[in-house]
Amino acid sequence: MAKNEIKYLTAIKQEKPKKKFCRFKKYGIKYVDYKDIEFLKKFINEQGKMLPRRLSGNSLKYQRKVADAVKKARQMALLPYVTDLLK
Amino acid sequence: MSTGKNQLFNQKIQVMNNYELMVIFTPVLSEDDFKSAQKKYQDFIKENGGDTVASNPWGLKSLAYPIDKKTTGIYWVLEFTGPATINEKLKVQFLRDEQIMRHMITKLDKYAVEYNHIKRNGGFPVHKAQEA
Repeated sequence: MAKNEIKYLTAIKQEKPKKKFCRFKKYGIKYVDYKDIEFLKKFINEQGKMLPRRLSGNSLKYQRKVADAVKKARQMALLPYVTDLLK
Repeated sequence: MSTGKNQLFNQKIQVMNNYELMVIFTPVLSEDDFKSAQKKYQDFIKENGGDTVASNPWGLKSLAYPIDKKTTGIYWVLEFTGPATINEKLKVQFLRDEQIMRHMITKLDKYAVEYNHIKRNGGFPVHKAQEA
């Protein structure tokens, strides 16, 4: 019997997924500016909805602040409430 | 005990807070009208015990969605300090003003004040933090 015939029941993961991090904590950003639309666009999807924490990697403290900033930007018509093909 | 609390309360009223105001004027406004409106509200803040920190007229900008059937607006951002009582007075003025389509007053915490200060002086706090 050849040695390379070993089979596994479940496939072995070759690469570990990259660990997500909170960019606010890493870069020391203390204030989320609602006027900086280009920055806020990193946290919303094409339809203008907020990305969940599981995708953005934000800590809860800063996810709340981002949410507040996005909502303020929407009120002042800097960001749309609903849209398609934002990016 | 109650008098002590009262004193504390009276002191708190005197505390000056940092605020940021954003106003969207109607796009039919002329340049001179825009400037006089800015002056009017800065004077109004001064009369009510506040002071302007920085004024930043963005000018004509397209809106993300139509407001009052208009697709553009003239933006004005003002950073000011003042007692907490100033906001209600300002709000009344804004709602009476027909030139104003929308307004928002945000309270700034200490990090926001720092951020605005650095941004005004040409630096970006994000990059500074990355270097450190």
